[in-house]
Parts: sequence; structure tokens; C-alpha cells
Amino acid sequence: MTVNLNEGDSSGTTGAAGGGPVDAAVEPSKATGRGALIVRRFLRNKLAISGLIAILLLYAVAFISPLFSPYDYKFQDYGAFLQPPSPSHWFGTTQIGEDVFTQTMHGLQKSLTIGLLVALISTFVAAVVGSAAGYFGKWSDRTLMWIVDLLLVLPSFLIIAIISPSLRGENWLWFVLLLAAFNWMITARIVRGMTLTLKEREFVKAARFMGEKPWKIISKHILPNMASLLIIDGTINVGSAVLAETGLSFFGLGVQPPDVSLGTLIRDGTRASLTFPWLFVFSGGLLVLAVLAVNFVGDGLRDALDPSSKKGRAKEKKKRRAERDEAQEQPAAAEAGARKREDDDR
Amino acid sequence: MIGFLLRRLVNYVVLCLVATFLAFSLASLTFDPITKLRELNPPPPPSAIAAVEQSLHLDQPIPQRFFTWFSGVVTEGNFGETIVGAPITEELGRRMGISLRLFLLGTLVGVLLGVLLGVVSAIRQYKFSDYFATLYSFIILSTPVFLLGTLLKYGALQLNNATGVTVLKFTGEYTPGFEGSWWAMLLDRLHHLVLPTLTIALGQIAFYSRYQRSAMLDVLGSDFLRTAQAKGLSRSKALFKHGLRTALIPMATLFAFGFGLLITGGVFTERLFTWYGMGDWLLTGINEQDTNIVATVTLFTAVLVLVSGWLSDVLYAALDPRVRV
Repeated sequence: MTVNLNEGDSSGTTGAAGGGPVDAAVEPSKATGRGALIVRRFLRNKLAISGLIAILLLYAVAFISPLFSPYDYKFQDYGAFLQPPSPSHWFGTTQIGEDVFTQTMHGLQKSLTIGLLVALISTFVAAVVGSAAGYFGKWSDRTLMWIVDLLLVLPSFLIIAIISPSLRGENWLWFVLLLAAFNWMITARIVRGMTLTLKEREFVKAARFMGEKPWKIISKHILPNMASLLIIDGTINVGSAVLAETGLSFFGLGVQPPDVSLGTLIRDGTRASLTFPWLFVFSGGLLVLAVLAVNFVGDGLRDALDPSSKKGRAKEKKKRRAERDEAQEQPAAAEAGARKREDDDR
Repeated sequence: MIGFLLRRLVNYVVLCLVATFLAFSLASLTFDPITKLRELNPPPPPSAIAAVEQSLHLDQPIPQRFFTWFSGVVTEGNFGETIVGAPITEELGRRMGISLRLFLLGTLVGVLLGVLLGVVSAIRQYKFSDYFATLYSFIILSTPVFLLGTLLKYGALQLNNATGVTVLKFTGEYTPGFEGSWWAMLLDRLHHLVLPTLTIALGQIAFYSRYQRSAMLDVLGSDFLRTAQAKGLSRSKALFKHGLRTALIPMATLFAFGFGLLITGGVFTERLFTWYGMGDWLLTGINEQDTNIVATVTLFTAVLVLVSGWLSDVLYAALDPRVRV
């Protein structure tokens, strides 16, 4: 298919609104940019969209709602011990009268912030180290691969668990650095692999022959070409970082009291969980929801950004077939089906 | 092929050694086992502190300490003593049995059901079972093990209360003070195994089924599968003999990764269900600032990962004829 007739940026947004010959209206044919294409592919994925909305909502609620809560997360209500959820304490109270809602929101804030920071740092480190190993090769490459292998044998959980007690009483940002320091290896390995192929491409060679410095080639020519991978991995790393943080905090090896995170809240809650479920149901539920949302977004990004991804297309084919069948009875749907088909052919 | 496997084995053994050394040094650097002694009131005389330091070899440089400990492990199978003087080797045997029981059963159930679920959802793509499997994996992979375990415990309690009998047990690995025949003892232990195994296996199923599904989907569209059917094989036979075998190859490499995940998950599971296994020991060792315990647990996990890594190499060689040449 060489010429697009009715495919502007409209189809993604107006969706089924057309329903008639409106779509056939002549519009100057415009090549769809890669950005628009990606956005459209992403928007088509309902799970990814709901994930994105959920994660944004969670961030917003975590940071805004405590402002409206009459309590501080350390405040103790001596008139209400272990109360189930009620209008004055939305999520109930703990054994010592703390408001579970405020605590959960504060924990959510901390866990999400740690997750985001760890993902940012570790993805950055992975990009730098992986591309350096792939580009320079030789000993730097061998060292990197060896470290990755070593971390397979020596679980990072073990190392973090050994080090973190000595961070007690320090700033929680140290904990973030510690988590990030043991979270970059797998991504770095993938980045290295991609660098190896990109290194042999003409534009990189051209830059090299023009006398560009190695680090400039990496930052200007190699890394931008794997931006999609870095975005996907960065997103997924948020989820795994949140899981790692809460896991360590659960054992008292992460965020330290009086500060709270979802992990410490779940730990405190599970002590009495069997009789007072509201102590951990909300923090647990929000944790699963947050990680689930992040994973959906990561999956959607992968399908949208990866041009070779068959996942979105295969689904589409199936949908198209169903739509074609339907179309025989409903002429209106035929339009949508046809539009989808064109979409695919491009 | 023997050469390939031997080379991998040597590589793993070196990695194992380095990993244990690193954990030992890290633990020695960060731990201060005599804090409690120093903080005693009235303070003990410096000579007493020095004597304890000497008995724990704290006056020696770390590499030398490691060498002393490690040569004991290699030559006599002696893993040293805890800081309170209890022999580690004895306890290691007991704890290892507990952990291995859990890990092996969890892996077995997880791999078998995970591969099965992945294959089914690939063959029946976009049917109800596929959506169900995908949703299941997404939810389980987003749920931390400690939460999953807690929920299972909660569910078991509700079930026990509802039925009025102890259907599922969730504390310890056997009933303390339980007396009976060998069979009754075995049944009692199996009874205690159900929930912890489930906690571990659920995550493993989710992990393997995701990858197995996409590996199987890649294979389903391939020409050789069509050829196999064209030459007269039935669909199920073609899928099983040609499809599944090819789709299992990437899973062999994943196996080592999956096992690493399982060890971390095992630590949580043991703590949740009060099993006194290796994972529980690691946390105890960290709390008591005991280098020898930490090093022993590290060596244990390293050897486990080594075995699983080597096993995945063997599987790879068995499944992929190209490696065998």
C-alpha cells in the first residue's frame, strides 16, 4: 500500500465516531510520524491505558490526599485503638491508634518514590555500562559479563540484606542507591547486545571515521537508537524495584521506622492479619495494584515501541476477522474493520 | 559436548568460590559481632574483649579468615562455629533438608504446571483459557511472595474455621511432639508442605508460563511444524514431538534464572510459615552478625544455582542437537 487515503491522526482519537462515509472525505495524505504511530499503537491497548491511568492516579492520590487528611501519619488517636474502617478513620486504626489511611498513603508515597528513583538510576547505569562494554569490547566487556554471571550465583537480595543493617539510621536515599546498585545488570546485558549490532552500522562507522569521540558516539548515536528498549526496561524496573523495596522492608532491612513504606505496613499488618484484616488489606491491595499497573504499561509500551512485535498485530488480525464476520450483518462496522485493515497494511 | 559441559562446570565452580568469598568479606566488613560484649555494663576489661576477638579470629585479615574457614570446609567438611560456639555443620544438615524439600517440590510443580499452562494458552490463543492464564500470571507476578503467602495463610484459616477441622496447616514443617509410625510422620510432613509449596509454585508457574507461551507461539507459526503435519503426523503428535521440544530450548536457559528467583522467594516463604530452613538461617545470621552462618548460606545458594545452571546446560544440550556436535 503506497498511498494513505484517510489516515491522518484522526483515526486514533475519533475512533468509531465516523461510522459512515465521513472517513472517506478527502484529506491531504500525510505520512504518519513514528511518534504518532507509537502513541496510536499504545492507545489501542486498553490494558496499557488503564494501567497508565491507574499509576498516575496512585501517584496523585498518594501525594495529594494526605493534605486533606486530618491526621499525620505518626499521629496516635488514643480514643480509637484497632477500630475497623469508619467515616472518621477511613481505613480503620492500628493497635496504637494510628490512622491506617494516612499511613497507607504515606507508605505508598515512599514506595512509589523509591521505585521510580531506583528505576531511573539503574536504567541510567545499565545504559552507560552496557553500551561501554559493547562498544569498547575487550576487557571491559569481559568484566561486565562476568559480574552479571556472578550476580546470578550470588542473589542480590543476599548482598542487600547483608549491607542494609549498617545503613540503619541513615538517610533512606542510601537505600535507594543500594537497590539501584544491584538492579542494573540484566538490562545492561541487553544493552550490550544491542550495542554490538549497532556498532557495525554505517552511521556509527561514519561518525567514528569523522573523528567523533567514543563517548559522544555512544550518547549521540548508539543510545538514542535503543531508546525504546530503555523506556520499556525502565518502566518494568519500577515494578521490580517496588517489589524489592517492599520485600526488604518487610523483613526490617529496608525503610526504617518511624518512616513507613508499603512493606513495613504489610509487615505490621500481617502480625494481626488473621483477625484484623484492614491492617494489611489496603496496603497490600495498593501494592499489587501499583505493580500490576506498571507491568501493564510496560507490556503496552513494548508492543507499541517494538516494530517487530507481533503481539498487537496478531490480536488485530483476529479482531479483524471477527469484525469482518460481523460486518456482513452490520454495514456500519465494516467501516471500522476496513480502517483497521488499512492500518495494518501500512 | 562433554567438553562444553566441563568448561561450563569449571566456570561455575570459579563463580561459586568468588561469590562465597565476596559474601564472606562483605559480612566480615559490615558485621561487628562483639557489639553486645562492648556495650555490657560495667564494661568488660579490654583483655577479655581481645580474647573473644582472638577466638573469633577477628584480629586476622579477612582473606586469611576466609582461607581458614574455607580450607576447613574443603578438607574436613567443617563449616566452623557460630559466634555462640555451636557447630554449624550439624545444623546445616538439618536446615538443608528442610529447604531442599521445599525448593525441589516447588520447582517441580512450578516447572511442570508452568510449561503446561504456557503450552495450552499458546495453542488456544485468545480463547478464555489463554486470557485466564495471562491474567493469572500478571497478577501473581505483581504480588510479592510475602503477600501471597499471607493471603494463603488467611485463606487457610478461613477454610479451617469454616470446616471445623484442620484442612491446611501453616506453621512449622511438622507437628511438634507428634508420634506415630513412619507413614504417619511422612503424612504429617506432607500435610505441612502443601501451603509453602503452593506459595512458591504459584510464582514459578506464572514465571514459566509467560515465557513458555511466547516461545510456543513463535514455534506454532514455523514452517517445520507445517511440514511435520504435511508429512502425515497428527496435529497433537507434531505439536508434542516437534513443537514443544523446540519451544523448550529457551526455557532451559531460563531455568537458572527462575531458580535464582526461587531462592529469594524461599527466604520469604520459610519465614512466613516458620520453617527453620536456610533462608530463615540467613536472616538469623544477619541479625546476630554471624559471618560464618552467612557464608555457609551463601555457599549453599551458590552451589544450588550452580547445579541448576549446569542442569540447564545439560537440558539445553539434550534438547538442542546443535550444541552436541
